[in-house]
Order: sequence, then C-alpha cells, then structure tokens
Amino acid sequence: MTAVADRAFPENLLINMGPSHPAMHGTIRIMLELDGERVRDADVEVGFLHRGFEKTCENRTWFNLLIYTDRLNYASPLINNLGYAMAVEKLCGLEVPERAQWIRVLMSELSRISDHLTCLAAMAMETGAFTAFLYNMKAREFLWDVIEQTTGARMTTSYIRIGGVRADLDSGYEAAVRKALVETRRVLRDVRGLLDDNPIFLGRTRDVAVMSRDDAVSHGWTGPALRSTGIAYDVRRAHPYLTYERLHFDVPTGGRGDNYDRYAVRMAEMDQSLRIIEQCLIHLRRVKSEPTAAVLDPAEAIAAARTTPPEAPVRLSPNLAGAEKDVLPDIQTGDPRYAFPGKEAAYGTIEGLISHFQYFMKGHGFRPPAGEVYAAVEGGNGELGFYIISDGTDRPYRLHLRAPCLHVVSALAGLIKGGLLADIIPTFGSMNMIGGELDR
Amino acid sequence: MEEKEVLKALAEAFPGGILETGDSFGCPVVRLRPEIIPAAAGFLKSAPWSFTMLLDETCVDYPDRRERFEMVYHLFSLSRNRRLRLKASLPGDNPEIGSLAGLWKNAAWLEREIFDMFGVWFSGHPDLRRLLMYEEFQGNPLRKDYPLRGRQPLFAKREGGR
Repeated sequence: MTAVADRAFPENLLINMGPSHPAMHGTIRIMLELDGERVRDADVEVGFLHRGFEKTCENRTWFNLLIYTDRLNYASPLINNLGYAMAVEKLCGLEVPERAQWIRVLMSELSRISDHLTCLAAMAMETGAFTAFLYNMKAREFLWDVIEQTTGARMTTSYIRIGGVRADLDSGYEAAVRKALVETRRVLRDVRGLLDDNPIFLGRTRDVAVMSRDDAVSHGWTGPALRSTGIAYDVRRAHPYLTYERLHFDVPTGGRGDNYDRYAVRMAEMDQSLRIIEQCLIHLRRVKSEPTAAVLDPAEAIAAARTTPPEAPVRLSPNLAGAEKDVLPDIQTGDPRYAFPGKEAAYGTIEGLISHFQYFMKGHGFRPPAGEVYAAVEGGNGELGFYIISDGTDRPYRLHLRAPCLHVVSALAGLIKGGLLADIIPTFGSMNMIGGELDR
Repeated sequence: MEEKEVLKALAEAFPGGILETGDSFGCPVVRLRPEIIPAAAGFLKSAPWSFTMLLDETCVDYPDRRERFEMVYHLFSLSRNRRLRLKASLPGDNPEIGSLAGLWKNAAWLEREIFDMFGVWFSGHPDLRRLLMYEEFQGNPLRKDYPLRGRQPLFAKREGGR
C-alpha cells in the first residue's frame, strides 16, 4: 500500500508508472491517482538502484573506492572521479600539476556535453523526436572516442586519480577532439533546427511543469535545472576549481523554469563547454610534456636489472601508455606519500614492486590526515559534492555524496500534480534523473 | 569576517546554543544544541544571512561516542556565495531531532533518507518513511554495526492493496 492509494478517491484511477516503464529510465516508480487525464496525486518512489555506495566506500581503501564513483552518474563518470579526487586532495592539501589540471578540465567538459546530450536525447525521444535522439547519440560517440582513446574505456573510466590523472593524453587526441567539436556543433545545429521552433515539441514543453525560483532554491536545485529558472549559480563560477578561473565562458540561464527552458539551458551550456574545450587545447599545447626517445623492451629491462637498475625507461604495454615515469611528473602530484609509483619501477626493480604493492594493497596505501572536508564540482546535473570524514586510516570513516539529482527529483511529484498524464514524460526527461547517482 | 558576524548574531539569538565553532578548509563549522536546530536554521535562512539553500543534510555514526549520531547540515547562501556547516549530536537511544521540512522542501527527502539509513527520528516531518530501502527492511544500513554484507530475505508478500 502506498500513501497515494490510501488517500485516493475511490472513483479515481490508480496507475503504477514504473519501475519497469520505458520512459522511467533509471528505474523509478511513480504512483499516480488520475482523474481522467489529470494527475490528482502522485508519489515518487526511488531506491530501485540503491547499492549501498556510501557503505561500500567506508569499507574500501581511498584508492580502491574510486571505481565506485564511476558508477554514480554513468553519463558523465569523469566528473564523478574528479569530485572525489578533489575532495581527497583538499583533505591532503595536494597540489596537482598544471597539465593534469587542464586534462581534467578537458575531460570534465567532454563529459558534461555527453551528459547533456544523453539527457536531451532521451527527452526528445520520449516526446516523439527520434531523429534528435539518434543525432545526439551520434555526437556522443565522437566525444566518447576521445575519452576512450585516452582512458581506455567509454563509461567506467576511473581515469581521474587522486593527485592527478592516470595517464597522459593519447598522442592523437587533438585530431579526435577537433573532429568531435565539428561533429557536435553540427549535431547541435541540426537538433536546434529540429526542436527549437517545432510546434509539437513546444507544445509538450513550453509552460509545462513550471518551477518558480523560490521553489527551485527551496528544493536545493543546482546545475542546469536551477539555471533554467534564471539563477546563474554555477560551481565553476561561484567556487572556481582547477583552471576554470582562467577560462572564458558564459553561464546561460532561462527565464520561465519550464521544460523548454531546461532543454534550452542545456543546449546553450553545451556551446559553452565546446568553447572551453577549444581553450583547453591551446593551453594543453603550451604545457606539453616531451617523452624521451630511448626505451628498453621489458625483457631487456629485466635482464639489465639483474645487475644494475636500468637507466632508460621501459617500453610499457599499450594499456599503460602515457603513464611512463618521465610523464608522471606532469600528470601526477610529486608528493611521494600520495603519488603512485612509475610502472617501469614496478616492473623493473624489486623496490619499485614493493612500493607498488604498498600503494595499492588493502591495509596499506595512503592515509589522508584525520579531518572532514566538503568539496564540490559542477557535475552534469549540478553541484556534485563529496562530504568525507577521515579518521587517519586507509579508508574513509564516512563518505557522503551530495547527489544533485536527488534534489531535482524531490520536486518531481510537486511538478506533475495537476498536470496531464502525458506531461509527466517530458518533465521527467528534462530532469535528467540518473539512477546511479540518485539511489547511490 | 562575515563568518564571525554570522556566529556572533547566532550566539546572541540563541544564548548558550552554540557548543563549538571551527573551520574546515574555509567552511565555518558550528556545533549547536540539537533542540535549537530548526529555529537556528530558520534564523540563518532569513535576511540578512540568507542561507536560502539547504545544500545537504546527512548523519554520521560514531558508535563509541556517548552521543552516537552527528547530524551535519550544509547551508548555502546564493546571494553571499557562502557555505556554512551546522552540526548537532544525538544520543544513541531514540535519536530524535526537529525536522527542517517546513523550511526547505528538499529536507523532506533528505530526512527520509537519514531516517532510512540511520534510524534518526525527525519530529514534525510530514511523511517520515524509508526513502531508498523497502518498507519491510529491518535495520539501518549505514549504522556502523550493520554488517557490510548483511543480506536479508526477501520480504513476505504484501497484504491487501487495491
């Protein structure tokens, strides 16, 4: 029995929307009381994707729990990595090299675009615009090509590590980014042409599920959802992190706070992210690291190490490319307590192997000082905050995620009440509910 | 500077209510008596402090402490771009604190989550029930004494329903 069923008028129809409903992507259940097509009462039930993220993190080492952050907002995993890494760095007082910071900004913005593309693709598809869905997915592929080239994975990247990033950018990244920029711009132009003045899309979204500014603030909305109501709050501007202070970008806002504004703000934000990426490319060229030419094959290195540790770096497997010892100072913090050791050392010398185990093994690893920290980054959905308590051991005492999605979805029931049944779908789509982040 | 003024005003409005003040990486931290939390939050939400947003609300379990649960609130002022952390300690037996659901709308869900995960009772909450776990679930998963792999049998079939 749900609360809605208890309260409902007996003559009204009760409908269970979800958890297995094609439009309730991310698994959510809405219990509806309908008077004809009108939603009289609604109760939003979440938690179907709850997997105990916070509890798990309390039982993993600081390094090992990184992979769980990928699975929070799976449309923009790199930003989740970043949020966690930055919280721990704040706790430890770590400095990240400049090149790593630019890589992080580049990766964040690529993820932000792919996040917005995913959200709008789903929203457009559910309102009947399947072409826009396919176009958005196409653009996302080009962005993910860039991410895949460098990180080796498309979604669960675990690329941004505490103290820096896992590996340097792939040698062909710039061409891939340029291609992605061109393709994404073309798709955005096409999708604008398809949707912006489309009477069907406007009819489904304009002045539907209007959120007032006061309500948005009271619900703790952040990110594009808050900005659609006209409040220009962006963590990148309000509390600049990494190198965002040195970048030129606007914070687009809406005016009405309806579904259309949430769509329009995301579209405008993608343009700004593309601008940021272009600036990143210029800066990344400036802070380029130069790899050394002479390398040893692993077999040669092992043979040489029998007598004296080899001077020249070892050729690493393609999986580890970009993490060579001479690149690490550019992409990883130099603090020996927190920086992971070079792979050449781990494979070439016994001391290196020991320090490798020390770093990664359970019960060893690094230990941030005791204390508590709250750090936030601008995620795809808004302020993604990590509240971490360390008691000085190798694992966090408590890790809490401020999931932007939870605050946005907490307003869903209020927004759909009084509206039409069909309006639930674009409203829900415009919220970009991501189960991994919402339910943790 | 501004932080000091906030704390001073808070101390004047609630004499004896502030137990401890501190700073965590630039974010002021105030530990308050649990009974004044709703009133103090309302005070901070109003002008001139205008902490209009409840950024986050959570709880931490310290089983070894006499006051086992620690509520943590993150407030945010959009106009002044400042964050503030409030804390309040609750006893291990029947932890209860006033709800903020009347002040901020997202508090309703955040407190349901804390009730679900820690078993803290929020007086004045309009609809206090589990948020993430199912109704029949036993225990509170984020308490330190709940086992990491604590599995529970699937619940019995629900009765009735319409």
